[in-house]
Amino acid sequence: MGEPSNLSELHMDALREISNIGLGHAATSLAEMLDSKIGIGVPQTDFISFEKVIEIIGGYEELVSCVSLKLEGDIKGIVLYIFNETSTYSLVDMLMGLEDGTTSELDDIATSTINEIGNILTGSFISAIGNFTNLKVFPSTPIFAFDMLAAVFTSLIIVSDQPEGDNVLIIETEIFRDDKKVNGYFFLLSEPASIKKLFVALGIDA
Amino acid sequence: MQPANNIEDIHIGIGEYKVARSPGRLVTLGLGSCVGVSLWDPLSKIGGLLHVMLPNSRDFTKINKKEKYADLGIPLIVKDMVRQGADRNRLQAKLVGGAQMFTGVDKKQLFNIGERNVEVSRKVLKELSIHIVSEDVGGNKGRTMYLNLATGEVLIKTLGKNLKVI
Repeated sequence: MGEPSNLSELHMDALREISNIGLGHAATSLAEMLDSKIGIGVPQTDFISFEKVIEIIGGYEELVSCVSLKLEGDIKGIVLYIFNETSTYSLVDMLMGLEDGTTSELDDIATSTINEIGNILTGSFISAIGNFTNLKVFPSTPIFAFDMLAAVFTSLIIVSDQPEGDNVLIIETEIFRDDKKVNGYFFLLSEPASIKKLFVALGIDA
Repeated sequence: MQPANNIEDIHIGIGEYKVARSPGRLVTLGLGSCVGVSLWDPLSKIGGLLHVMLPNSRDFTKINKKEKYADLGIPLIVKDMVRQGADRNRLQAKLVGGAQMFTGVDKKQLFNIGERNVEVSRKVLKELSIHIVSEDVGGNKGRTMYLNLATGEVLIKTLGKNLKVI
C-alpha cells in the first residue's frame, strides 16, 4: 500500500470509523448466528511494515491460523484474518459453544468454522462500506492456512499484486462472547488507487 | 557487505540476501511460497543466502528491490560472493521452500507462485552454470532454513515435523 505517510489523521480517523462500523455489523451477525451476546473491542488501526506485523503477532515461526479473501469490484485487494494458536482454539470453542479449552487441534469442522468467521467479518465490512459510499465490492470464497506466520503472511502478500508495497493496514481487535475473549488481527492489502477511491467516496480528499 | 566475523546466526529478511564467511550460520525464517537459495563455496567457505519472493521481475513495471525476484536476485548474490572471494565455478546451490500454504485455492487462480519461484530459480542457476546439489521444495508446509558456513549443510525446520538436513 503505497505511501501511508501521505495519510493524515483525518484519513486514519475515517479508516478507524469504517473499521468500527464494519466490526459492529460483524458482531451483530455473529450474535444472531450464535444466539448469544457478542462484543467487539475498539479496533486499533495503523499502517505498518510487514516486519512489524510479524513482530506484533508473535514472530516468524509462530503457529497461526489465517483466512483470506480476495476483493474485486470498486476496491481491489485482499483481506486476511490471523489468530495465534491459542486464540484459534478458543475461537472454535466460542463459535461452537464448547467449553473453553476443548479444542486442541484443527479438524475439518474447526477449519470451516474459522473460514465462516472470515466470510461473516468480510461481508459485514463490505456492507458497512457499501452503506456509506455506494462502492460495490465482491469477496471471493475464503482460503485457509494453519502454519508459520511468516510463511503464511508473505505467501499472501505475494498474490496481493503489491510486491513493492511495504506497508499494510492492520486492524487489531478482540471478540468477546459472554466473559470469554479472543484476540484477532485483521489486515487489508489494497492498491493505492482503491484506497483513494474509498477516501473520495467518504468525502475526504485523497 | 562485509563478511561476518562472529559465530552468531545472521538473519536474512524477506526479499533480501546476505553473504558471509565461515564460521556461523545464515538463517531465513518462515519460507512459504518464497524460496531460499543458498550458495556455498567449499574451499573459501563463503556462503550466501537469498530469500526469493517472486519469480520474474518482468511481470512488474516498478522494481524497488532486485533481491525480491529470482531472475535479478540470483545474479546479484553470485556477483557479490565472487567479489568477496568465492569461486563461481565451485558454488553449490540448494533450494528450499516454494510451498502452497493455502487450502481452498481455486486452481484457475494460478495461485501457485511457489512452484514458479522454484522453476525460475532452477532456470537462472542453470544459465549461470551453478550446480544444484540438493532441494527440499513444494508441499504445503512453511520452512525455516539454516546454512552452516563451515560445512555447507542446510538444516530445515518445519512445524510438527523432525529437523531435516540436506
